[in-house]
Amino acid sequence: MALKTAQMAEQLELFGCIQCGKCTGGCPVARKTTLNIRSLIYHLLVDSEMDVSAHQELWDCTACFTCVERCPKDVQPAELIIALRGELVESGRIPETVGTALMSIFRQGNPSSMAREDRELWAEGVEADLERAKQAAQEGCDLFYFVGCIPSYDQRVQPVARALMRVFDRAGLNVGTLGTDETCCGNEVRRMGELGLFEMLVEENGEMFRGIGPRQIVTTSPHCFNTFKNEYGLDGVEIMHYTQLLAHLLEEGRLTFGGSVASENGDAKIVTYHDPCFLGKQNHVFDEPRAVLQAIPGVELVEMDRNRERSLCCEGGGGRMWVEGTNLEERLAFQRVEEAAGTGAEILAVACPFCLLTLEDAVKVRGLDEQMQVMDIMELVDLALGEDSEQAATS
Amino acid sequence: MEQQPRIGVYVCHCGVNIAATVDVEEVAQAAASLPGVVVARDYTYMCSDPGQMLIRRDIQEYELNRVVVASCSPRMHEPTFRSAAQHEGVNPYQVEMANIREQCSWVHKDKEKATRKAKALVASAVAKARYLHALEEREVDVIPGVVVIGGGVAGMAAALDVADTGFPAYLVEKAGHLGGRVADLHRTFPTLESVPDLLEPLVARVHEHENVTVFLNSQVSEVDGYVGNFQVTIHGQAGGDNEGPGEQSIEAGAIIVATGYDVFDPDRKPEFGYSDYPHVITSLEMEKRLIEGNLTVEGREPKRIAFIQCVGSRDIQLGNPHCSRVCCMYTAKQSRLVREKLPGADVTVFYIDVRTFGKGAEEFYDEARSSGVLYRRGNVSEIYRKPGDPERVVLIAEDTFLGEPIEFEADLVVLAVGMEPRGSASEISQLLKLPRSADGFFLEAHPKLRPVDTAMSGVFLAGCCQGPKDIPDTVSQAKAAASSALIPLVRGSVPVESATAVVSEELCAGCGMCVDVCPYDAPALDPLWGVSRINAVVCEGCGACAVTCPSKAIRLQHFTAEQIFAQVDALVV
Repeated sequence: MALKTAQMAEQLELFGCIQCGKCTGGCPVARKTTLNIRSLIYHLLVDSEMDVSAHQELWDCTACFTCVERCPKDVQPAELIIALRGELVESGRIPETVGTALMSIFRQGNPSSMAREDRELWAEGVEADLERAKQAAQEGCDLFYFVGCIPSYDQRVQPVARALMRVFDRAGLNVGTLGTDETCCGNEVRRMGELGLFEMLVEENGEMFRGIGPRQIVTTSPHCFNTFKNEYGLDGVEIMHYTQLLAHLLEEGRLTFGGSVASENGDAKIVTYHDPCFLGKQNHVFDEPRAVLQAIPGVELVEMDRNRERSLCCEGGGGRMWVEGTNLEERLAFQRVEEAAGTGAEILAVACPFCLLTLEDAVKVRGLDEQMQVMDIMELVDLALGEDSEQAATS
Repeated sequence: MEQQPRIGVYVCHCGVNIAATVDVEEVAQAAASLPGVVVARDYTYMCSDPGQMLIRRDIQEYELNRVVVASCSPRMHEPTFRSAAQHEGVNPYQVEMANIREQCSWVHKDKEKATRKAKALVASAVAKARYLHALEEREVDVIPGVVVIGGGVAGMAAALDVADTGFPAYLVEKAGHLGGRVADLHRTFPTLESVPDLLEPLVARVHEHENVTVFLNSQVSEVDGYVGNFQVTIHGQAGGDNEGPGEQSIEAGAIIVATGYDVFDPDRKPEFGYSDYPHVITSLEMEKRLIEGNLTVEGREPKRIAFIQCVGSRDIQLGNPHCSRVCCMYTAKQSRLVREKLPGADVTVFYIDVRTFGKGAEEFYDEARSSGVLYRRGNVSEIYRKPGDPERVVLIAEDTFLGEPIEFEADLVVLAVGMEPRGSASEISQLLKLPRSADGFFLEAHPKLRPVDTAMSGVFLAGCCQGPKDIPDTVSQAKAAASSALIPLVRGSVPVESATAVVSEELCAGCGMCVDVCPYDAPALDPLWGVSRINAVVCEGCGACAVTCPSKAIRLQHFTAEQIFAQVDALVV
């Protein structure tokens, strides 16, 4: 499949590139696969045609956008990868698992091939809260909670959504949500290059949001947060990641902790925090998750060397949850959990469903699970809230 | 009282610049039949001596009292034709230009249409010319003295040239000593001259010069007046050297701005971990280490040293699109000095492009490489601590010639930080009403032909406040600024714009909107009569007040409503 390069080079303004190599230099997967975005840009500029299907390494990109953040000429290299993936999607030459995820989103509104009607199974134990929230959404509400696909369906992540519902209740917030009517936000869809489906989702969800008319939308996942904030054109609506809402509630004194996450002997838990790419690098939300962690009784926060803008990608973004990429051997998540363990942390805190899954996996594979647990910040908050927490409910 | 208009129209060929696209003869013929036109001619080069003589002879022969020249932009030759007319007794403000080059022949291809447009432009100029009034040309005396703001190399060089000419120079320096940023440097490139050897005699000469008054620990807090007659208020901080604290007012004929630059703060590129690692330093910190002769990091002598170029420069996302012009050379200098000091160490420079354009600069770069400095092409993307080894950091980059990502271990990293506009540039800009270019540095009046002048007459630029420069370029510009500032001082008087705004006091309601809108502080409300009065010496004739005035009490001379409407009517009829 030979792509005529001229039009794409012009559309993406690749002529601004000075081939400095900052993009490839900082690319977390470039050091383990043949993906070289600087070189791809060059070929797109100097060759009149490109055989895109020969570049299977395009599926290695995690859409962490480090290249976009750092490009001195504002070229947005990752957008080229998305566009080239778009060519592959168009011609149908995509990894089977990508096709399955996209088809599932089209049919069931989620990438995990789960039934649409099962989307609210996450709310087990907080059914009353969910019913109230669904009612609120119907009547129109100021604050809207977008749960997201992975927190809805993945049993490991579902407690995060439940804990958040309990916090809304505690803080006396009248929140709306959709239950089974919720549909994928499309963030990963766009990054896998399925631009047609993405546009459809933007239209459907955008219509839904305009119907409900919230002033604020809060998400579990930094990925949903990112696309709503930057790609939906929801003017006048404040888009928040849940850590931002929590930091705000804590600052205003509307949320207080009754318990603690300290060990039974009273020792604080050493916690390190992994910045998710879509929250940190791409949207510069660095301080709020840390503020929440530091407010939790019994947390001693330590930093990894590579934190904030230098956080290492876990390889869960850009569709990588559904495609393995060309080098399975050295997962960045492995490297990342080693770095976390190196700080002496007992808990590796995350604020993203994908990071939770990839890093927990890596902790198990590396045999670090005896010394370090991977937890979402929301789970720590829930523990410290006291009686009605998930642990209290299950124990 | 006004004479009947007797207009001469002169259509210039500008060689082929106009004549190839516009039928100049046809334009002249058409002009001849316009009301008030007594004679119309075309000629190869109107601005040439024979061209000017043609106009001058016609003024005599036909008793012309208005001249319309259809040629290039008035910015080019209006002064030429005004002066030619003046020689024959025609007031220079009764000369009007029709721009049929930049605004016609250069931008059109179709000769017929271009000719039609040229005719319309000429008709419009003639229509205005009928209503032109003679304006009085005025001069004001110039106060002999120049205030120089900033006591770095630029300010000192400028002050010395002013002082050597025999005029007082008032050198205002914010810090407690002269020398500016250069005082923090070790050696200069490409000669490796010691900075104290360069600077100390210069500073001494400034302090000793009988015509230079130095204000240390001082800042300019207010500027009033206009070219030839500035009142500059200097605010001295306590602890001032030869001048005590408090305010002083200085009168001067011109001002030279030499306020320098700020150094890029590498914390704005958090991926380099500048604040996290003692191994990562800025190039200015490297200068200090070279002065002290101590290159150790936490007591250890570095074995692998990396330099990273273009930190904070050439970066659109940071808002610093410009090249800082000195980093390539000072990095070549520093890397070479490090090689000399630590012959066993590996010294690598990571670069994007190497720009060594000054005299002797490329040769110096050659010498740096010959000394064993390795240049690798690639813009370093991130620095982190080497896992398990706190003594080293790892640079991750792509070597773009290899086409491979690399991890480069180093125990000392030097960030070649660039130059930025001063944080205080906006204050200075407000104080002196100086415009700034898109990069934030002060804007010169013309990038090529008026590189040290500004939009404010009597205010000149020297050194890095106008844009990044090395020392030789800074001194050249400082000397140019001094020489330009000296022009009014040497002449003793300056012509002031006659096309100024005037207030009709019967119509003025005293609302003060003109006072608010004027960028030059020319209008002021008369407290007794409650009407606006415009200081004709300060007024630059921009017309902002005239269009703002709700009572239509302000008339901008040479651009009156009558004149503009006549011009418009000629175009639309």
